[in-house]
Amino acid sequence: MNSQVNDTPSIAVSASQARGGAPREALRMQDEKIKIAVNNLNLYYGSDQALKNINLTIPEKRVTAFIGPSGCGKSTLLRCFNRMNDLVDICRIEGEIVLDGHNIYDRKVDVAELRRNVGMVFQKPNPFPKSIYENVAYGLRLQGVNSKRVLDEVVERSLRAAALWDEVKDRLEDNAFGMSGGQQQRLVIARAVAIEPEVILLDEPASALDPISTLKIEELINELKNEYTIVIVTHNMQQAARVSDYTAFMYMGDLIEFGDTDTLFTKPAKQQTEDYITGRYG
Amino acid sequence: MKAWFKSGSPWIWLNGGAVAFCMIMVVGLIGLIAVRGFGHFWPADIVKVEITQPDGSRQVVMGEIVRPQTITAAVARDGGRTDIPEGMDLITRYLLKQGNKDQTSNDFAWYFELGMGEFQYPKDAYQIERREWGNFYGQPVALVRSGEVIARPAETNFWSTLQESINRSLALHKEIRGIEKGEIGQMNAQIERLRLDLRRLELRNPSAQERAQEEERIAAERARLDAEYAILRVELDKLYESTRRDTLVMRMSDDREVNISLATIVRVTAPNSMSVFGKAGQYIERLWEFLTDVPREANTEGGIFPAIFGTVTMVFVMSIMVTPFGILAAIYLREYAKQNMMTRIIRISVYNLAGVPSIVYGVFGLGFFVYFLGGSIDKLLYEAALPTPTFGTPGLFWASLTLALLTLPIVIVSTEEGLARIPSTIRQGSLALGATKSETLWKVIVPLATPAMMTGLILAIARAAGEVAPLMLVGVVKLAPTLPVDATFPFIHLDRKIMHLGFHIYDVGFQSPSAEAARPLVYATALVLVLLIVILNLTAISIRNRLRERYRSASD
Repeated sequence: MNSQVNDTPSIAVSASQARGGAPREALRMQDEKIKIAVNNLNLYYGSDQALKNINLTIPEKRVTAFIGPSGCGKSTLLRCFNRMNDLVDICRIEGEIVLDGHNIYDRKVDVAELRRNVGMVFQKPNPFPKSIYENVAYGLRLQGVNSKRVLDEVVERSLRAAALWDEVKDRLEDNAFGMSGGQQQRLVIARAVAIEPEVILLDEPASALDPISTLKIEELINELKNEYTIVIVTHNMQQAARVSDYTAFMYMGDLIEFGDTDTLFTKPAKQQTEDYITGRYG
Repeated sequence: MKAWFKSGSPWIWLNGGAVAFCMIMVVGLIGLIAVRGFGHFWPADIVKVEITQPDGSRQVVMGEIVRPQTITAAVARDGGRTDIPEGMDLITRYLLKQGNKDQTSNDFAWYFELGMGEFQYPKDAYQIERREWGNFYGQPVALVRSGEVIARPAETNFWSTLQESINRSLALHKEIRGIEKGEIGQMNAQIERLRLDLRRLELRNPSAQERAQEEERIAAERARLDAEYAILRVELDKLYESTRRDTLVMRMSDDREVNISLATIVRVTAPNSMSVFGKAGQYIERLWEFLTDVPREANTEGGIFPAIFGTVTMVFVMSIMVTPFGILAAIYLREYAKQNMMTRIIRISVYNLAGVPSIVYGVFGLGFFVYFLGGSIDKLLYEAALPTPTFGTPGLFWASLTLALLTLPIVIVSTEEGLARIPSTIRQGSLALGATKSETLWKVIVPLATPAMMTGLILAIARAAGEVAPLMLVGVVKLAPTLPVDATFPFIHLDRKIMHLGFHIYDVGFQSPSAEAARPLVYATALVLVLLIVILNLTAISIRNRLRERYRSASD
């Protein structure tokens, strides 16, 4: 096993370099404030079990990445955090997910309220058929905010936060469909940020984008983690290494290994993890 | 040959041929209707010809040549023309529109070429359009005012004097119509209202004092209206008297002289002395009259405006009813209902409704809407007017409602398809922002599906505007005295019967007393109907395209 550890340093180096080259302080889960705790989570689609007894903690104001081969359940797990799986009729969930001390699968939880606190960005940019301005203001308008002054302020702040303001400030009334794919994805992030959630879920946010747009999104994630807890699902291991603080490796509905990113990529504890990150399979 | 088959060219030729065939059919259809229909309004020359009959008698006829026809001599001999020479196999005959129905009772007649003299086109042959009895063809003798001849054709100012007098009488006629339709119409409505008030009073059976009060009010109103009517009547009589001032004396082809009061004349033209431009002007005038005037003479003359208006109104009322119903039903089926056996059955039923013959809808509309619903409404709200039905009789509202039912499946199906096409990521995007299902639906999904809804509406309009069979049962009549929209309260009269272009075609074509007079009108009305549907469709399509442009990439 030791001999194989030596095969992976290149990824570990790139993970540090992406953050400006300076090696960061070692992260330890026991030092973190826990935002979300997943306890004994089982999820079934009809009779198929998609998630098998998952236990996991998501630290606050960190980036946590889920990696694994297609169909391993990482997106399904992500969608549990804002109960998007409720939309699937045949989906059944056991166990609990605790957000700030409350089980989000509790009967009393208002799902709309939960989703306001746990924002989500999808794989394909999905702006609404409205102007750029109205896209960002949508979440606030839902909450009954209609003051032009407040909306203007929030739209500008959100677009700045999504590093999009300078590109669109002169055409806020244009239809969002006129933007490029990368801009649309940042607009969607701005839309999520506008309602000031505590957690942002990113479901392969850069997989449909070109390399430059991908880079911008990754820089954006680095910015956003100062204020938000971020959970990202990605196919791209380099991306996980570059942007995340913690990484979970999943395989066939099982959580195989979870730890801080540097350790997971340089000294994985499980053979399976190592095989995956070195490209033996998946 | 084998290689040619393999290359795929036969397929291209086959498909291209199918398209070409369809195009020929469509262009041919429209072309035929257009030529036959719109040719009718071009002022035809008036022919005067002397015919020697087999028995040697001479006859002079005058009129427009409608069409020549070549028939075999044998047929003509069987028809009684024994004078046709032996060697002749074919013979030509002409259909002449000679008008003067009140004098000769034979406004269209066939004349054989045999024995015909030379065609003459007298410059002073007039075609006179009259309000009754159709056209008059003849040559002028004199213009008479109050018994005295004021102009003779030989005088240079005859034509201008005649036109002046005609314009005067037309203006008077318009004034009379205005009073009759406007003021007297209003008055009739008020009198009717008073009658209903009285009837309501009887039904309510109030205290003696209240009754006396009310009766007094009604009597006073009644007296006031009667007085007003008397004044108007006098005014009207004066106007009528005034229109009878001038008379045009005309000579027919058989040298009889006929007096025609200018009060009955719509238009006098002398086509033989007209230039092409003059005829073009006349053509436009007649076409305009056709589109904007009311029908005369059992729909065989005048215009078709009430039919155009009725069709458009009915389509609008239908759209207003079918759109919300169809869209709401589709949204429920697609978005809220659980997709199970029940929704499957409902959906199949809806799809099948689109295949039910339209006359069945008509029968249903008559039985359920008119008699049951309308009858109930009358009992509840219009009790005073009974036994005269208000809504318990065919009318605009029931016709529109029946058509709405007929087109409902179309709107439901296309709306459902539109909703199904919207990517789920957009829904999820909205839900992920904390929107509830209904917020997502109304703020994001429905706006995105509007182009599909418009498509449904376009198809519905196209179907409804051309439908005739069910309408004959539920509200369309051959001649409606009033338009469904006018200046009398409540302005839109949903209970009135309407005219409809489709039914008008049927009526003019098959129910008219004079088939020859009606023939060109059938084509012209058909063309107007086609154009009307095209215009309605183009409007809806342009709205849809604008919507589609707005939601471009999401719906593609």
